[in-house]
Amino acid sequence: MTPPFNTPPAQPHSTSATRRRLCAALFTTDHRVIGIQYLVLALLSVVIGTLLSLLMRIHLVWPDWPLPLHGPILPEDYLALVTIHGTIMLFFVLTTAPQAGFGNLILPAQIGARSMAFPALNAASFWLTAAALLTLLSSTLVPGGAAISGWTAYPPLSAIPSSGPGQALGMDLWLTSIGLFAIASTASSINTLTTIVRNRCHGMTWERLPLTVWGWFTAALLSIIAFSVLLAALLLLFCDRHAGTSFFLPTGDLVNGILHQGGNGSPLLWLHLFWFFGHPEVYIAILPGMGLTSMLLANFSHRRVFAYRTMITTTLLIGLLGILLWGHHMFVAGLNPFASSAFSISTMAIALPAAAKVLSWLATIWRSRPSYKTPMLFALGFVSLFLTGGLTGPILAQPILDEYLHNTFFVVAHFHLIMAMAGIFGLYAATYYWFPLLTATSHHPGRLLSERLGHLHFWCTLLGAYAVFLPMHLTGLAGEPRHYAQLTGIPGPGGSLSPAGALLSHTLPLNRFITYTALFLATAQLIFLFNLARSLRKGKIASSNPWQATTLEWHPTMNPFPPLPASDTPDISVHRAPCQYQSNQVEISFLPQWAPIPFEQDEIEDVTDTKPE
Amino acid sequence: MPATITPNKTEQERKRRVEDHDNGSGRRPPTDKRTGGGGDNDNWNDRPNGRRGPYERLHRYRMGLFFALASDLMFFVAIVSTFFVNQSTGHFDAYNHYVNEWLPTTIPPILWLNTAVLMLSSAAIEFARRNMFRETDVMDEWLGLGKPITRRALPWLSATIALGILFLVGQWIAWRQLALQHIFFKTNQSSHFFYLITGVHAVHLFLGIAGLITAFTGLYVSRQLETRQILVDGAAWYWHAMGLLWLFLFTLLVFFQ
Repeated sequence: MTPPFNTPPAQPHSTSATRRRLCAALFTTDHRVIGIQYLVLALLSVVIGTLLSLLMRIHLVWPDWPLPLHGPILPEDYLALVTIHGTIMLFFVLTTAPQAGFGNLILPAQIGARSMAFPALNAASFWLTAAALLTLLSSTLVPGGAAISGWTAYPPLSAIPSSGPGQALGMDLWLTSIGLFAIASTASSINTLTTIVRNRCHGMTWERLPLTVWGWFTAALLSIIAFSVLLAALLLLFCDRHAGTSFFLPTGDLVNGILHQGGNGSPLLWLHLFWFFGHPEVYIAILPGMGLTSMLLANFSHRRVFAYRTMITTTLLIGLLGILLWGHHMFVAGLNPFASSAFSISTMAIALPAAAKVLSWLATIWRSRPSYKTPMLFALGFVSLFLTGGLTGPILAQPILDEYLHNTFFVVAHFHLIMAMAGIFGLYAATYYWFPLLTATSHHPGRLLSERLGHLHFWCTLLGAYAVFLPMHLTGLAGEPRHYAQLTGIPGPGGSLSPAGALLSHTLPLNRFITYTALFLATAQLIFLFNLARSLRKGKIASSNPWQATTLEWHPTMNPFPPLPASDTPDISVHRAPCQYQSNQVEISFLPQWAPIPFEQDEIEDVTDTKPE
Repeated sequence: MPATITPNKTEQERKRRVEDHDNGSGRRPPTDKRTGGGGDNDNWNDRPNGRRGPYERLHRYRMGLFFALASDLMFFVAIVSTFFVNQSTGHFDAYNHYVNEWLPTTIPPILWLNTAVLMLSSAAIEFARRNMFRETDVMDEWLGLGKPITRRALPWLSATIALGILFLVGQWIAWRQLALQHIFFKTNQSSHFFYLITGVHAVHLFLGIAGLITAFTGLYVSRQLETRQILVDGAAWYWHAMGLLWLFLFTLLVFFQ
């Protein structure tokens, strides 16, 4: 007897079938899974980057401590640590996680789209990013080790393979890795932009877009502008290294005892190209966090976002000004003083939209009674760190002051507070907030992270972040230079301390304090990892809209999301701007974007609808 | 055994909506295809032409391509600004004289011919692109009368591929001519840029030819008209952009060295 025609063929459970299913799950084009893949990659990167930073801190205060399995940390090892720490944190954590990770996981849901515009391209960008990370990490294993010229890779030293260990093959691998990353990010940004422009659901006008989407949108615009410039710069540097050109090599450069005739190239040119990318890059890292902060503050204080349209404008304005002020990284590089003045003005101009954002955040929560859930705490932490880090911005924007401070730890403190810590706080806020959506499947609803552990994690992290980076302002003002492997203990002439060592010896207690607090800060993150591991299995089951959010990603069909993305899912349309909170009404205190207008008239019409179903 | 055979239900039940002219005759495409995977309830009927129906996916791909081209434009902007900076950069020699060693590279005359070839190829791909959207042919295909669109577009597309390869060969000849004069990539500042600009552009054209060949294969293989339109349209816009870019870069090399 023949089986009915629609009986599925018996599935042989062989290893090849399992492997095929694994491949299908791994190389999926489902944006949700790709988002999680990005987040896992970023988590792995942040763990590595943190460990590297701890090694640096330990070496600064206990220079004689030998690294197990490695031996003493030599100056070139320290520089390699600086390089890989910076590269991995900036590219693979702060760019990848907010923009590509949560951008994939949340963005389509938030605009009411079923998928990204180009799913295959999306998967390709993820795997390119993963390949870039592997290339970068593999560079530590090659002869000479990883590149040692910092994440900025300034020529002429980066253009000359013989200029130091790690500048040969390590540098080539660094260039390859960043090139791959640039291509992947551009592709992913094209995807994001097209998705936002074309896949919004009915009723989702530009003004109703949540501010997170505006953050992703602006960051994606910056990405397609900036990353291709970086790619061009990398290509030129690669030619300088291997094709005998001299785009960045000046005439008669004596490096490591070898005279390089070179041509008429200019190392300053690389700085221009690199920072034309590099400065927008920090806004790419922070803009999604800014958008999320706005939404979270409104959500948890049950208020509308103060001056919503202004917030959209300031997001775009920060993006625009962000590509006009790269020169403030070059005040000490021999820039024309007039150019310095111009860049100084544009740098201080960006303080205006940034200040408008901070004012809106404060006005949103002003005299409200927020519910201090962990995401809210991290959003408030974001505001605090952004403000603290931002206050030193106008100081560094003065060319005269920057002359002194540029190569000191003052700058390290500034950008770690405003970009690294604020960015990480944004990421934590996102993780705690969206964890139910991260863990939801088609079978069961998502889970919440533990609030108690979350609070503990928040307070430890906030305390740690300030304790690590505030004292760095002081050591910087005292003259502690950055990128120096060892500060004190180097004998000078006549067996005494070297003059620099004598100058810096009084910062040593403070430096020791910074190292202790850095160890504390890193240890505190174990709470988060534990919370993550525990809540994945045993976390509290979240309701479909646990935070009383108004944006579309909390639509009832998202948690758990439907197995079929086809025509039988209910229609999603948007009726209003996000964050419609009414604190004066008791029963209905918020109106989600998807809820139809609560007029009785509308309900009557629905009942008497004569359209056939 | 039952007397009547009830067919198994193989399709999901779906709602019909009269406002979408779905009268139950089964002629309406499924909802998913209609929106091209975009947002739900996307106001099908009130959307302007081109944001619905067969062109929805096409326009999405076109927009993606334009974003990619914008990014690519920045790549060339970076290279061209480097060109101007390096051109005006000099150094101080031992006698404290400011020396600018920029020696313009002579443009091999064959580049003029190549430019003409590239312009012709751009015209050819435009003919191919327009033939993809002829309404009568689209109707013929829809009625199942063969693939007239493929038939019309193929010659133009083949011509574009041939002209594109001819252009690359022409560029190769130009490089050979320069090499015979002992002007190589590493010779001097302006030769750096001559080879860099032409080389990077050639790589882009090489990718473009790969795209054209994909479109060519797609014209044969794909039965879905929309896919063929997207392939040819995307390849065509990319090719036009590269042609335009070449005009700009060529002007730069000829007149601004």
